[in-house]
Amino acid sequence: MPLVVRLRSAVCLLGRFPALAGVDLDVEAGEVVLLSGANGSGKTTLLRVLAGLHPLHSGTGVVLGHDLSIDRRGARRAIGLLGHETGCYDDLTVRENLRFAARAAGSDAAASDAVLERVGLSAQGDVAHGRLSAGQRRRLALAVALARNPRLLLLDEPHAGLDAAGRAVLDDVVAAAPSEDRTVLLASHELDRTRALAGREVVLAGGVARFGVAEPPTSQTSAAKAEEEEVRAG
Amino acid sequence: MNLWREVMLVAGKDLRIEARSRVTLYQVLPFGLIVVLLFAFALDPSRGVLARVAPGLFWVAVLLAALLAVSRSFQVETENAARDGLRLSGLDPAAVFLGKAGAIAVQLAVLEVALGAGVAFLYDVELRSVGLLVAAAVAATAGVAATGTLYGVLAAGLRVRETLVPLLLLPVVAPVMLGATRAWEAGLGRAASDGWPWVALLALFATLYTSIGMLAFGSLLEEA
Repeated sequence: MPLVVRLRSAVCLLGRFPALAGVDLDVEAGEVVLLSGANGSGKTTLLRVLAGLHPLHSGTGVVLGHDLSIDRRGARRAIGLLGHETGCYDDLTVRENLRFAARAAGSDAAASDAVLERVGLSAQGDVAHGRLSAGQRRRLALAVALARNPRLLLLDEPHAGLDAAGRAVLDDVVAAAPSEDRTVLLASHELDRTRALAGREVVLAGGVARFGVAEPPTSQTSAAKAEEEEVRAG
Repeated sequence: MNLWREVMLVAGKDLRIEARSRVTLYQVLPFGLIVVLLFAFALDPSRGVLARVAPGLFWVAVLLAALLAVSRSFQVETENAARDGLRLSGLDPAAVFLGKAGAIAVQLAVLEVALGAGVAFLYDVELRSVGLLVAAAVAATAGVAATGTLYGVLAAGLRVRETLVPLLLLPVVAPVMLGATRAWEAGLGRAASDGWPWVALLALFATLYTSIGMLAFGSLLEEA
């Protein structure tokens, strides 16, 4: 399978702090990869580097064939990112926010209506983003990411704030990704739920991927032990 | 999607947000009218001072109101990390620049019509050379919108955005203030031909800053 993500010794500094301190990571097309690790281990930074929102300060990175050190913007049109915030406009309605994102990415408006249905927000289509509940905003953020029809879907704590129905929708989206020719990287602390969705787990600790390229975890136990060690180490 | 469709997409988004929030209508426009009114109180209308200084006062009011419009344009990109959404959108940065500048220019144009009517009424001035006045206003508005968008994104990610934008923008738009005032003095007086060289200067300024903005906006948006 072709590689969608290839990082070698990737370093990203936030100020002077090395949020990523030499990450090696390969992700093949159609994979669902779980990023786990303690708070501050670099999961969010890694996703933002892959999305081209943070620069690589050293090392190399290629995402969807675009070299991150030369062209951070190149792959963005084919990437969907569900971050901590929605990236939407309070004064626009759900449907307007979605159509703006879809049209900007070159998708058509009809496709965005289908995505709205998929995430269960059809009834809120004409409600302004500013009037949505936290869970509804989370669903809209997922819809915006999907409306772009991304080849690479980056999910940062995707289950946070979602109710049971919303979590089920999200799980369906992740489970269906390989059949939709989509690769997923998801960062989460809800390991029981997300390990069942992922084909592989990469544990980040201190800005370094422990099981990135050569040694994917073979059991939940090894990953859990690594995380426990990380927590104990502070 | 071609460049102009992307420009219209961004401008349409900003104008729709403005139409919903009505910040220009309820805050920026009243602010400009209050400035015009305060000048009328401060300068004695009976001695004809207001009529003589009306062009300068008008453009001072427009520039002060423009600061609010520029700040608002980038405030909406800060809320909910919308700027990240814009960066991820895949839109051409030059189109984002032109779209945001275009939306600011439309708001300023509406503002200028209202403030122009206020100045004509309160300062008792006669609009003689309408063509010159409109041409100068269009060129000056384009210049202010382009520079405002450029310096607005420069300060967008900073907590001191509200105070930094005026500090950066006002010195840079001094040539616009000068050219637009001179062109309007000619347009309100009897020597309209004296005003056209100032319109040419304003057009040059607008072209220069639009070109710089189209080239630099992408990098500034990434660093903001």
